[in-house]
Amino acid sequence: MRVLEAIRLALQTIRAQKLKSGFSAIGVFIGVTFLIGAWSIVNGMNRYMTEKFAGTLVGVNTFHLRRSPNVNFNVQDSVWRAWRRRPRIKFADANAVTHALTVSVVTAWYSEDRGSVAYNGKVAKDITLEGATERYLDIMNLKIADGRAFTPQESRAGTTVVVLGHDLAQKLFPDVNPIGRTVRIHSIPYRVIGVVERQGNLLGISLDKFVVAPALSPIQREVNPPGVVDALIVKAGSEPEMREAMDQTEAIMRSRRHLRPRQDDNFAMETSEGVLDFWKKLSRILYVVGPGLVGVALVVGGIVIMNIMLMAVAERTREIGIRKSLGARRRDILRQFLAEATALAIVGASLGIVTGVMLSWLLKVASPLPASVSPFSILLGVVVGGGVGVVAGVYPASRASRLDPIAALRQE
Amino acid sequence: MTFRTGDRPLPDIVILTHKLTRDYDMGGEVVRALRGINIQIRKNEFVAVMGPSGSGKSTLMNLIGCLDTPTAGEYWLNGQKVSDLSDDELARIRNKEIGFVFQTFNLLPRANALHNVELPLIYAGLPGKERRAQAARALERVGLADRMDHKPNELSGGQRQRVAIARALVNVPSILLADEPTGNLDSATSAELMQVFQDLHHQGQTIVMVTHEHDIAAHAARVVTLRDGVIATDQLQAA
Repeated sequence: MRVLEAIRLALQTIRAQKLKSGFSAIGVFIGVTFLIGAWSIVNGMNRYMTEKFAGTLVGVNTFHLRRSPNVNFNVQDSVWRAWRRRPRIKFADANAVTHALTVSVVTAWYSEDRGSVAYNGKVAKDITLEGATERYLDIMNLKIADGRAFTPQESRAGTTVVVLGHDLAQKLFPDVNPIGRTVRIHSIPYRVIGVVERQGNLLGISLDKFVVAPALSPIQREVNPPGVVDALIVKAGSEPEMREAMDQTEAIMRSRRHLRPRQDDNFAMETSEGVLDFWKKLSRILYVVGPGLVGVALVVGGIVIMNIMLMAVAERTREIGIRKSLGARRRDILRQFLAEATALAIVGASLGIVTGVMLSWLLKVASPLPASVSPFSILLGVVVGGGVGVVAGVYPASRASRLDPIAALRQE
Repeated sequence: MTFRTGDRPLPDIVILTHKLTRDYDMGGEVVRALRGINIQIRKNEFVAVMGPSGSGKSTLMNLIGCLDTPTAGEYWLNGQKVSDLSDDELARIRNKEIGFVFQTFNLLPRANALHNVELPLIYAGLPGKERRAQAARALERVGLADRMDHKPNELSGGQRQRVAIARALVNVPSILLADEPTGNLDSATSAELMQVFQDLHHQGQTIVMVTHEHDIAAHAARVVTLRDGVIATDQLQAA
């Protein structure tokens, strides 16, 4: 009997016993669903963290000079308190670093806080207020959709002009063009000169509810004490240039702060790599736990299939006897039951793949995660699923093939 | 016609056993089911094997059918010594040389008549199309052309046994081996079945049939009676 024949027979048997087959395939089904689903989630998170999260928060080849890291996880209380005691970054620091760097870079400084923005009696609360220098929009890749950004002159003069985030503009100006109108930020009027393109959201938080005004304008009062900035952003053209700029910045800051060689830096330089450190730690755990869980599900699935097959051999002893009396060799019987176990596992795996892909698609549509199914995980699902079937089928099949035909025929 | 160890059977001898012995170990106690059977069956004979239960006729049947191997002695089937063949070789012999008809029909309950008849051809390695054509022809020969897609439980006892005969003959075996073929049939159907056997016999088929019913054995041309594992009588009778 050829292999093809064995497969066809297996599919026939599975079709004839749908319920039993369904139950026996469930273990592999769950395992493969999880494999595909978890893989696509981790993949999606990976892409999200590297492309969007780190990119949005810090930017490529960019570092932020701050009092303490902005993105941090699991920081001890004592460390946190030490950070709070550090001196803040001053306008003078930012200027000094900007002018002393010999690497060609683009810099901007900014401060931010939350506050409300009003127009014509409408008030938008919980808006990110940014006081920044003119290259800020550029460096943060915030493109102007309508109007213009503020000029270096406006920035230096501290003119009361403002650029709005997309959502904020929609909210305050549902049916008029915001350009040229005047909004009030804590009762001080600002002229709207531009609206930024829609940014979407990050981990479910809208990135479009903000205003950017020149750092030297009165907005400074809302975001920081006089002369203080949250961060100096330095964007270099390449990774080595960024490293060089970081070294220079460290030296300049240490000298301005009069730090002795043994003293630690009392400022932080944050890169996207630093932000990603945390993610790398987390994903390492996921890459260990994920396959473990998949493995457990598949082992359980294999045991279920083995049991079902042992039952099938016991139930079909007479059938095996008949087949042997008609000329089936041991290997024919072996193949028949092996094919059945494998087919069961592959049916389970296929359903698992379909469900896993659907799950991943649902996630992509319903959440900000760009979950994507990798073709390799599908291949792995089929191979591993089929492998479980073969392994689980070997013992029952070899038992079936060794049955004595006379005894098997006598079985009622 | 006496056969000695080392001889080869004459060309027209389909079945030859020489001092065929089969012992069973029943929990330490040895049961001697066959104690040296010498029998020769020529082509186109119709032989009935009779004997009370425990006489060894089922054991002889299993040995002749290559479902079992003897403890000692020789068994030649169609010029080939099969008493010392391996498991897989025996499977091939069962497939090519022997057609079984059982008392309980032994059809696969979930498969239709056509697929049941197809089974030996599957194990012979025939391609699907040819298989189905041959199986259909075999069913036509036993008068079941219109019952091909019926499952066994949709057929009468007589029809089931005819499906079994079609299956037994589809590979054109050297011998048709029937084990109490009428055991589960009423007398009218039994008579019909015996007519089928007679017809096959006249077409040249060699038939060995185990039965304990004298009127069924009466259809055979030769009756061999076993008693306590040896041949008690072996006589030809007028058809």
